[in-house]
Amino acid sequence: MKRKSIQVALLRQLDPSFKRLLFITFIIFSIMAFLRPSSFLTSRNMVSMAFQFPEMGILALAISIAFISGGMDLSLVGISNLSGILGGYLMLGLINEQTGTIGIFFAIAVSILASLCVGVLCGVLNGVLISRLNISPILATLGTMQLYTGIALILTKGSALIGFPQDFSFLGQGSVGLIPVPLIIFLITAFGLHHLLSRTYMGHSCYYIGTNQKAAKFAGIPIARTLLKTYMVSGMLAALAGIIMMSRVNSAKADFGSSYTMQSILVAVLGGVSPLGGKGKVAGVIIAVLALQFLSSGFGMLRMSQYAKEFVWGFLLVALVAMNILWDGRKSR
Amino acid sequence: MKKKIRSHEFYLLLIFILFSLFVGLLNPAFFSFGNLFKILKSSVEMGLLAICFMLVLILGGIDMSFPAIAVASMYMTVSFLNALGLDLPLIVPFLIAGGIGAVFGSINGILIGILELPTLIITLGTMSLIHGGLVVFVGKSWISTLPKALVEFSKANIIQWTSSGGEIQGLHASVLILVGIAILVGIILKYTWFGRSVFAIGGNLEVAKRHGIPVAKIRFLVFVFVGALGGIAGLLHGTLVRMANPFDIIGTELNVIAAVVLGGVSLSGGSGTIQGTILGVLLINIVNNSLILIGMPSYWQKFFIGAIVILSTLFTANRGKMVRVNIFRKGIKEI
Repeated sequence: MKRKSIQVALLRQLDPSFKRLLFITFIIFSIMAFLRPSSFLTSRNMVSMAFQFPEMGILALAISIAFISGGMDLSLVGISNLSGILGGYLMLGLINEQTGTIGIFFAIAVSILASLCVGVLCGVLNGVLISRLNISPILATLGTMQLYTGIALILTKGSALIGFPQDFSFLGQGSVGLIPVPLIIFLITAFGLHHLLSRTYMGHSCYYIGTNQKAAKFAGIPIARTLLKTYMVSGMLAALAGIIMMSRVNSAKADFGSSYTMQSILVAVLGGVSPLGGKGKVAGVIIAVLALQFLSSGFGMLRMSQYAKEFVWGFLLVALVAMNILWDGRKSR
Repeated sequence: MKKKIRSHEFYLLLIFILFSLFVGLLNPAFFSFGNLFKILKSSVEMGLLAICFMLVLILGGIDMSFPAIAVASMYMTVSFLNALGLDLPLIVPFLIAGGIGAVFGSINGILIGILELPTLIITLGTMSLIHGGLVVFVGKSWISTLPKALVEFSKANIIQWTSSGGEIQGLHASVLILVGIAILVGIILKYTWFGRSVFAIGGNLEVAKRHGIPVAKIRFLVFVFVGALGGIAGLLHGTLVRMANPFDIIGTELNVIAAVVLGGVSLSGGSGTIQGTILGVLLINIVNNSLILIGMPSYWQKFFIGAIVILSTLFTANRGKMVRVNIFRKGIKEI
């Protein structure tokens, strides 16, 4: 009895927009399960979905933290590709035909670390431009997006980087027992970011800065340092997504996933992260990326094109935002 | 404030001239009329889209849906006219494309202007909605047979000659459309009550409301106008490449944004000029064109555009500071 009342209280505590999102995700899941029970409700489909969504999920988390601090990061996909390519060059350089198993593992570990470092460095450049040199986040990352993609293009001359060792594909294609490795990476990342945002000084500063930068400044929050860290985290997450992507397709190219920028913004916004800053939770982003995955897998089984998904997705976004603002806004007025 | 904006265009013009001289020194072919007219022709579509983006930006929002509106209007117009099969004068396709664009724009107008929903999110949604709807319900294959009037227009040069290499060069008529629309928008923005209201709304929404400006009506009308302009730009694109491809234009939005921002339109709304925007568009097109002329491999383009965007915004952000300091100093002297 007591337990039930706690559950009810928890449900009441939930944000109404989060409840609506959960409801929509549930509806999408049930429709797909109802229309194609023999293929959608199988464990094989679940596993294949679990392989697909982590990349997009990590990118959406990366843009979410920038959104929460009142900013924007358009350069994420550029960072993913650039750090993947630089890490890939290092890996190919470290390995030759005589390299033993231990050497290969060493090379993979070093190049993954290097990729993450490149991501952090790209984030540092974004952060310095935004926090120290006062360029607005959209402009700064719009420029660095072209810059990073440009550097990647210059390095590879537009062709793809191939020939990674077999063991490297474990990150994007392997699984531990039944659980795919990308899913594990995604869960760890999501948990880490949740911890960062809700339990640390930096995370709370992010929300304050996103809500009202001037007030945060007068409250003594170190704005420049926090923003710098925010973009470093965002860059590192982008590099992580880049590594998974590189491992899954077993190659790296300067213009992979160019549509991911818009999609990750869509996921973050649908997940309740406000592009105006100061609002958003990791849980919402996870639910939103799941909703997208149910939709795209289901549409794939119904043999509908990905543009039908785009159509439904746009409709959902507009409808959800309209509902959130018009209903909740009226109540509070 | 006005002085500051004016000086931005001045500096932009200076960069523009210096860059042209630099390229011209490296390769004199840059200054041939053929090349200059080629740059103008390739700037037309981007220029029209940049005007769309600029208007919404001045109004105080970021519009992501204009490429979707452009490509949808273009594709729907061409397939409708092909189904009709009549030999219509040139103005009809452009009117139809503008009309379709205006209908799409009014969706944005209702959601953003009247219901006051956030611009960036809603236009992201309508972008997916319109482009997804186009491919699912209208068609996804290329149409390479355009109506006769459009094909003729794609060859219409105002001045035309044959170069020594046997290539037909000239000033394309579509440049006139851009010039006409730019002048029209410039006059509306600068000299009419409507245009001043757009600046007022972008500058401060609440103040504009209290001054009795019909905010909902003006925002709605701006989105309808931007939709119509996007439709015309889309059809021009289809005409110039002589094909209606439902996957074109989408993805060029970031270049357009870069051009507009380079032109000095403020991201927070309320300021910006048509001259700056057009200069920004021309500068980006000249960079693209000249890198080829200098003999730089095409994969350097993105790098250079990124560097230019970062440097120019760096310059603008810090020049604002310098101007503020100067005003402060002047103030002290006057006291």
